[in-house]
Amino acid sequence: MKKSHIFIILIIAVAIAIVISTGNDASTYVSFSDAYQMASTGNTSSIHVVGELKKDALGNVVGIYEGADKVSFTFVMIDDQQKEQVVQYNQPMPADFTKSEKVVVVGHYSGDNFIAEKILLKCPSKYQEETVTV
Amino acid sequence: MHYFIGNLGHFFVILAFISSLAAFFSYFKATGKENITKKESWLLNGKISFYVHALAVLGISISLFVILANHYFEYHYAYSYSDKKLPTHYLISTFWNGQEGSFLLWMFWQAVLGIILIHTNKFWQAPVMTIFALVQAFLASMILGIVLPVIDFKIGSSPFILLRESMADAPIFKMQPDFIPKDGNGLNPLLQNYWMVIHPPTLFLGFATTLIPFSFCMAGLWLKKYRDWVRPALPWALFSGAILGLGILMGGYWAYETLNFGGYWNWDPVENAVYVPWLILVASIHTMITYKNSETALKASIILVTATFVLILYSTFLTRSGVLGDASVHSFTDLGLSGQLLVYLFVFLLGAVVLSAWRWKEIPSSEKEASAYSREFWIFIGATTLCLMGFQVLLPTSIPVWNKIVSLFGGSSNMAPPADQIGFYSKFQLWFAIAIGLLSAVGQFFWWKKIDKAELKKELQPPALIALLVFALIITIGQVTEPAYILLTFASVFTIVANSKILFSVFKNSPGLSGGAVAHIGMGMMLLGILFSSGYSKVVSINNTGLLYSRDAGEEFNRDNLLLFLHEPRTMAGYEIEYINQKLELRNGNGFINQYDVQLTADPDKVIAIKDKDGFKAKDTIEVYGENTYYQIEFRKDGNTYTLYPRAQINPDMGGILSSPDIHRTLKADFYTYTSSIMKPDEEKEWSDMEELRTSINKEFFANDYVSTVAAVTRVTEVPGTILTAEDVAVKATITVKGSREEYTVEPYFLIRDKLVGRISAEIPQLGILFTLVNIHPETNEFTIGINTRQKDWVVIKSLEKPLINVLWMGTLVLMAGFSIAMVRRFREFRLMKEKGLE
Repeated sequence: MKKSHIFIILIIAVAIAIVISTGNDASTYVSFSDAYQMASTGNTSSIHVVGELKKDALGNVVGIYEGADKVSFTFVMIDDQQKEQVVQYNQPMPADFTKSEKVVVVGHYSGDNFIAEKILLKCPSKYQEETVTV
Repeated sequence: MHYFIGNLGHFFVILAFISSLAAFFSYFKATGKENITKKESWLLNGKISFYVHALAVLGISISLFVILANHYFEYHYAYSYSDKKLPTHYLISTFWNGQEGSFLLWMFWQAVLGIILIHTNKFWQAPVMTIFALVQAFLASMILGIVLPVIDFKIGSSPFILLRESMADAPIFKMQPDFIPKDGNGLNPLLQNYWMVIHPPTLFLGFATTLIPFSFCMAGLWLKKYRDWVRPALPWALFSGAILGLGILMGGYWAYETLNFGGYWNWDPVENAVYVPWLILVASIHTMITYKNSETALKASIILVTATFVLILYSTFLTRSGVLGDASVHSFTDLGLSGQLLVYLFVFLLGAVVLSAWRWKEIPSSEKEASAYSREFWIFIGATTLCLMGFQVLLPTSIPVWNKIVSLFGGSSNMAPPADQIGFYSKFQLWFAIAIGLLSAVGQFFWWKKIDKAELKKELQPPALIALLVFALIITIGQVTEPAYILLTFASVFTIVANSKILFSVFKNSPGLSGGAVAHIGMGMMLLGILFSSGYSKVVSINNTGLLYSRDAGEEFNRDNLLLFLHEPRTMAGYEIEYINQKLELRNGNGFINQYDVQLTADPDKVIAIKDKDGFKAKDTIEVYGENTYYQIEFRKDGNTYTLYPRAQINPDMGGILSSPDIHRTLKADFYTYTSSIMKPDEEKEWSDMEELRTSINKEFFANDYVSTVAAVTRVTEVPGTILTAEDVAVKATITVKGSREEYTVEPYFLIRDKLVGRISAEIPQLGILFTLVNIHPETNEFTIGINTRQKDWVVIKSLEKPLINVLWMGTLVLMAGFSIAMVRRFREFRLMKEKGLE
């Protein structure tokens, strides 16, 4: 067996190891109900949930409560299957939060509460204004 | 309405598109022609077309800048990204704030580079410029903004559309089609930073330069000049490596200075999308250099050079198509260009693959097995490691694309990127970095000499011993215990020492050849800096008061933050820390003004001076950056005092407080401090019930524990905020309070009008005291003073120590210097050959 063959086999082995570990470490996008079920069966790994903030008829965001010292807050999020869920975030509200069109929370259930470790926002406002305010 | 400038800009866009197609066609024709005169005339055509194209691109840029500089808010671009308050240098950065502008910036650089190539190449001009012009045509199409008739397909998104065209549904335009907003939306305050003025142009210059090696490579395959393309491509590949690397690091440096996650790299998909092409580019530089010296690795060079360019296109697709929307904190939203971007990507990917496959058999390659003691072998392993390193990042970053592909074929995939990105990527990249460090130390010895086992041992022994000594010292002092960290420390020290040895021996005879050694020393320094600043970052603001700040916040917040009341020193990690003042930044650039010396107005950017101070007169209106407050915090240790000004940006529109750190830099470690919580200025203050006391002139009393006196009580004829009539009686008390840092004076008023009493209280915000002149007792020469108190102004800070982070920044500069030295050398080689008429 030539040295170059050993080398190629080695590279392929590393590449496969990378693919497998990516598959293992990858998180998943799920709905709140699935996440709840996962948590109740003892699976505590972090997952992604995609959804929107709860809004009233006029389009104002409702259901945001700041913690006493403004360093944490909770909000109501509606996932793609229209399930409402209170999400708790132990950090101050991220910039552009209330303007976001779509919210992705990364975290897990703890009892009936969903604890977010990270919030990703998809903001039309950041690069694209939607409407003119006079 | 200024229609002319927009129409002119749009005309230039169309001209740029058409002229790039003309240049493409002419250069294509010129490449194929054998007949000298015909070739010459097609070449001239191509050259003229490309010059027209370059001028058109300049025209687009000037038109767009005229719109921004003159605040023509009838244009969507000016309205969305700028406002009237922005100073010129930030107005420049609004230019590339939108996607259209960043495409334009990219095109601009490529136009400049194209002209340089036209003038520096003879033989390669036609084929290389064919590819250049084609890429320019694709980029120009991105900002074309034309809707094809019949099939109703929109090509590109123009930066010159009017606001009413982009927001046709907005009610205001239904009522008033000619409406022009008074002011624009402005630039996100986070981006108002000088790094954001220079980082995007650098990064896009890096993007643009990756096209050059690719074009030479394709030209080589096309003309069957399989060996010759490497020489002209190599200096540009080195230039590209330096600029792209610098651009990436600038972004990291901006994040470190402006954001408060305490780091410079977050493994966000947008960051990964430029990191991967850079790794592959560096790998391609290594294989190209190997080829120049030993005729091996030509095929690998072709693959890697192509991969670099295709990965740049792929990263453009990732960040601009909106596909990363659910995975990244900051990717561009979809402008409807996804289809066009995909076509752009696939044309070049398939074009390069087909051309290479077609020529593959003809490409010379050496069948000889590389010996384990040859430099080729080691460099090849190094390049492979870089590629695997890139692959490991690329794969998880592409998960959203994978999901899209699966759903395209009717399946469903709900894979998401790893939840803990930093942990996930670091655990792999760490081991690759160890390999890179060791390989670049050992590999360099093979590079300079053909050596066998015995000689290698002899050569490697001294640097290995020195490295072991330094390494032992570092891990003892730094208390490194993690096995992977220990290995990485050794690998980086080893490469620094080994390459220094080579640097010394090369530098004596031919300093021009020292680029490789310098670059590898820089890389070793970067690895060391990254390891210590990230692995051993330490929270120093430990809450040692035993006090819980907030039950809602997590345990971490209560443990790692320090609450400071104004003028009340605390000790932390051997420092005495005091919150001194709040400062506002002046718009005229002449520094800061104390917030307590001014009064706020309805316009957040204008304040009024309360007293004569700092060159301002009382009642002067002062222009400031209203959204930014700087907290002056003093750190005292061993007789040294230094002051940090972490910034809090209050922006109700953005629903939060954006906090930026201030950093005290030393070689050993950075002292990094930011405000993790502040008092909200609009919040109602909670005052205690009024406490009344009788006192007389110059008699001391305590107010909120501060020694105070009534210095004088005088009758006045003017009271601010009200007009006195002849019957009114007004009295002013002058009260002085000795604070811990200065003496304060306030003047509450007492007013009798129509037999009714009015009182105007006065506050000392620094001390949290409100004085009221409640009553005057002429019979005893006494006064009743009312005192309300509140919690003093406070700020919660978090401080981190980041060891050796400046070694990372210095290492970056050393790496860039190494790239530059190597680039100069390779460019000289190319010029020599050109002068001999061989290129």
